[in-house]
Amino acid sequence: MALTDIDHQPGISFSLNGKPVRVDGPPSERLSYALRERAGTRDVKVGCDAGDCGACTILIDGNPVCACTTALGQVDGAVIETQAGLFAADPIAKDLAASFQRHQAAQCGICTPGMMVSAVALLRDRSKPDQAAVEDALGGVLCRCTGYRKIIDAVMDCGGTTANPVGGVGTPMARVDGLPKVSGTERFADDVAAEGTLVLRLVRCPHHRAGFELGDLDAYKLRTGLDLILTVADVPGDNRFGVIPGFEDQPIFADGETRFKGEAVAAVVGSADIVNALDLTEFPVTYTPLPHALLPKDAAGIGDMHKGRDGNVMCRGFVKRGDASAALQSAAVVAEGSFSTGFIEHGYIEPEAAVARRVGDRIEVQCCTQAPVMNQDGIAILMGLPKESVRIIPTAVGGGFGSKLDLTAQPYVALAAWVLNKPVRVTYSRIESISTSTKRHPSEITMRIGADADGTIVGAEFDGIFNTGAYASWGPTVANRVPIHASGPYKTPNYLARSAGIHTNTAPSGAFRGFGVPQSALAQEPLYDDLADALGIDRLEFRRRNALRNGDPTVTGQVFETGMGIVECFDVLEPHWKRALADAATANAKGGTVRRGVGIAGGWYGCGNTSLSNPSTIRAGITLDGHVVLHQGAMDIGQGANTVIAQIFATALGVPVDGIDIVGPDTDVTPDAGKTSASRQTFVTGNAARLCGEAMRARILRLANVSGDAEISVGDGAIRVRDDGGERLFPLDTLTPDNATYVLESVESYDPPTLPLDENGQGVPYAVFGTTAQIAELEVDLELGTVKLLKITAAHDVGKAINPLLVEGQVQGGVAQGIGLALMEEFLPGRTENLHDYLIPTVGDVPPIETLIVESGDEHGPYGAKGLGEHCLIPTAPAILNAIKHASGARVAHLPATPDRVRAAILAQTQSPSAKN
Amino acid sequence: MQFHRPETIDAALGLLADGSVTMLAGGTDFFPARAGRTADGPVLDLSRVSGLKGITKSGDAWRIGATTTWSHIRDADLPPQFTALQLAAREVGSIQIQNAGTIAGNICNASPAADGVPPLLAMDASVEVAGTSGSRTVPLGQFITGVRSIALQPGEMVTAVIVPDRPSDRSCFLKLGARRYLVISMAMVAANVSVTSDGALESVSIAVGACSPVAQRIDTMERALTGLVPGSIDFADALQKADLSVLSPIDDVRATAAYRLDAVRTLIGRAVTRAAQEKE
Repeated sequence: MALTDIDHQPGISFSLNGKPVRVDGPPSERLSYALRERAGTRDVKVGCDAGDCGACTILIDGNPVCACTTALGQVDGAVIETQAGLFAADPIAKDLAASFQRHQAAQCGICTPGMMVSAVALLRDRSKPDQAAVEDALGGVLCRCTGYRKIIDAVMDCGGTTANPVGGVGTPMARVDGLPKVSGTERFADDVAAEGTLVLRLVRCPHHRAGFELGDLDAYKLRTGLDLILTVADVPGDNRFGVIPGFEDQPIFADGETRFKGEAVAAVVGSADIVNALDLTEFPVTYTPLPHALLPKDAAGIGDMHKGRDGNVMCRGFVKRGDASAALQSAAVVAEGSFSTGFIEHGYIEPEAAVARRVGDRIEVQCCTQAPVMNQDGIAILMGLPKESVRIIPTAVGGGFGSKLDLTAQPYVALAAWVLNKPVRVTYSRIESISTSTKRHPSEITMRIGADADGTIVGAEFDGIFNTGAYASWGPTVANRVPIHASGPYKTPNYLARSAGIHTNTAPSGAFRGFGVPQSALAQEPLYDDLADALGIDRLEFRRRNALRNGDPTVTGQVFETGMGIVECFDVLEPHWKRALADAATANAKGGTVRRGVGIAGGWYGCGNTSLSNPSTIRAGITLDGHVVLHQGAMDIGQGANTVIAQIFATALGVPVDGIDIVGPDTDVTPDAGKTSASRQTFVTGNAARLCGEAMRARILRLANVSGDAEISVGDGAIRVRDDGGERLFPLDTLTPDNATYVLESVESYDPPTLPLDENGQGVPYAVFGTTAQIAELEVDLELGTVKLLKITAAHDVGKAINPLLVEGQVQGGVAQGIGLALMEEFLPGRTENLHDYLIPTVGDVPPIETLIVESGDEHGPYGAKGLGEHCLIPTAPAILNAIKHASGARVAHLPATPDRVRAAILAQTQSPSAKN
Repeated sequence: MQFHRPETIDAALGLLADGSVTMLAGGTDFFPARAGRTADGPVLDLSRVSGLKGITKSGDAWRIGATTTWSHIRDADLPPQFTALQLAAREVGSIQIQNAGTIAGNICNASPAADGVPPLLAMDASVEVAGTSGSRTVPLGQFITGVRSIALQPGEMVTAVIVPDRPSDRSCFLKLGARRYLVISMAMVAANVSVTSDGALESVSIAVGACSPVAQRIDTMERALTGLVPGSIDFADALQKADLSVLSPIDDVRATAAYRLDAVRTLIGRAVTRAAQEKE
């Protein structure tokens, strides 16, 4: 018979990772869903449901395809392979996994299944592919963490045999938590719910701002067969959350009025088949659109959205030092300009997800988060429970970059599970994730900088307006941080910087790698080029001449006597700069419409909270049977905290890092290590880990009554201590245990020393600044306005590289985000809410990146280490814009520098008779 | 939920006749159009219909089966008139999309930015449509009638794309996007040319996508460039002067209309020049 009518078949049969399976499910269901939820292969990840991200890449009959654009019914009789199955059975995949580990090609790990499956298909075809073939093979899988270069390296080195060293501080060891990521066993927030768990979906307002009335919810619930509908009336505690004390202004359910498109008005809960099939446009709610503002300039005209914030001004920031106005008047040359950036989406490939269950009078939430204890606090307030009644058990986190600090999905499932006394799960769709999660603040900046005839900066004035969206989130942090940083890492004796966060009817702007500093660098660094050009001074030399040195006051009057490493960054870049300029000159001498350009920019970033306490605590213990256990609560969102904290602790205690058992994160078992943000974990939690290891070591040395350089080893139920006098053995069962869990336990905390800022913003906002400078080399097609990046060279003063391979990974990933910021990314509310309209760089958009690690040490950091996460992307975009100007003569001041904007700038400058160059 | 997997065109047409089924082939547009939702209603999966796959030549025409994937087209051994189509195949989304997406799906989805359409227009391709009452062939330019709109009657399906054999043609395809992979065009140009022994353009076909609701042939430009030598002053002059008013680009999130018009002229010049330089 020619016709196969699957309607009458009992299920879809196919080979899955070498085993015959039969899957019962609707045949037109997405294969990705069926594989995950019906066949249990949760190594197939879902990032977009639209073929845009490639996370769900599987092999069907050997060919890589997206499972999310394949129907279950289409694979009847097919052979399907996924990452976990390949790792188990295919020697190529095993070699590739080892290579991914060696190169740290997996950071968060959410794209790793798609990357590895795609690469295996290529490597089966040819064992030594060239780079172009690797890029073509990986072009369909998006990664937001790595910048792709280490993934390319890993694929090209598949089968290689060099092994990473294993060791403490300074060792480029593989990630301690890497194996699950490369073998398909890592579990992210959507991967941990048990089969049959009830599903929650949110009913979201389709208008930028609206009043609304709910209809007959009971009738809807009865008709659809739902278990529960939640609205604002069901919130038992205080219906508001936030991250900055005094700015907790966001409801989990809108109360009578929504303030941005996508804000939740209700949640529906029921069995997966019922909830997933619901058309939520039929939910009984009636909206009345209200006047709205999407831009700060319109915000004053729509009435105040939050009591006490007149004109929808959320807050302002201010730093004043010397007399900027007078200095600019006396300056030999002044550069000025207006610059703007749009909303930037974090674009992690793992959408927000959570599952909650009630355990007696406690609620337990598994979720992807950067801030488990802040989540715990927030949920407790929303639910009217004591903090101890909320347990947060973070899963692996598939990228965060700042947006997974705030509560998103967690409170809804917590509340539903509490009411129903059954587990409840939720996963945001890509559209929900993009349209409702926090964003990088759009900026509108005007800046003036003056220098004297010798090229010394005499003063700067900065005004920045930041669109903070409908709710505060981390907006106050941005408003405060920017004036402190807008000078860049340069000595600026006369300075005036003002910032304002303005509420509009958009998704809240919040934390995103850099907290506003990348935006301010996009004004200051181009103006530095203008000054250097006007004075005829080499652009690197101009920056180095003005760079902060030890002993110089910053714009807040803070003086670092050691560890200000920006001059060294420029020094190590100098040979690369000269080589790049010479290469560009040679290339451009040939003429043609494609012109080479080279740009440079510097950057700095203060690690940790601004003038606020932000302690971390680390706990460790030695068990009766001789295990060293590290309670590590610093969230590893891909950046490598699990590895770095373990390396620091191992060095401090003086034991091998691979002999340490890491437990956590879990608010029941790991003490508060604060949030993973503000580049604080290596510095702050790293110090807590160092103190904890040192304290434990000191106790052991006291016990043995030996000198400080004795060797310690722990295992087989005993501690051994060896020094010049020989080895002594301490059976652990002969010691009086500290508690029921550990014979020896240490708990240590660290809080960075800072001082409050006065009314002029003068003070000691951070204990540590990290600094950086980067060079961008690129080509501009003058006729099309297209930009092709050739190379990024990134110098970073990290104080001390705890793990140089992780440093490179952070730099490359940050650079890739800087590339996106510069060239392609802009979230437009209601328009770019998916990953084919909102573009992030693909593997073909990130050029080779050379990382130059500078180690200037630090007074406070563990072993001299500073934070790094945010620093990496700060200079990238301005270096690219400066290179575009160098190549084409055109200044693009309003980002992103898409081909149409670059071309328009080129045309404007060739048509303007006064244009230079 | 009904999910049909016929193995013959006749069986597929029989299932189409009742008018309630939705056709599914590679799924690369079917599922994104239902982002975040499950598909409902009966589905007709065409991926098993053997008569819809593959590229064949008979007489003076090439026949590309409706469900031929972009990977198949990309890797097929085809003459230079198909270089543009093969370049376009490489630019369709990603390898994952190319392995699943089909040529007829690309046409029937009727996106203004469909990568496959300009090369096919430049080759004067036609669409073979079958219904229960028989087959008909429609020029591609008439088959796509607007954004998301095609001249397919209820009960009909596309069975193939027919391309006239032009052994002396060479071709080129250029796509302009804001990133390297997985990108929707801001503008794209396909050019098919034949060249005299002295390097002049004997025939020129130019099609532009993403600059009008439906990709367009640019007759004015084709006439203006015929007989000229790419790289010559006359060529450059004609390129700059030719009328592009058949295009009606829009401002959207990818690019401004003004930019599209400006860039298209450059792309046309480059595509025609590169096509003329292609080795036979």
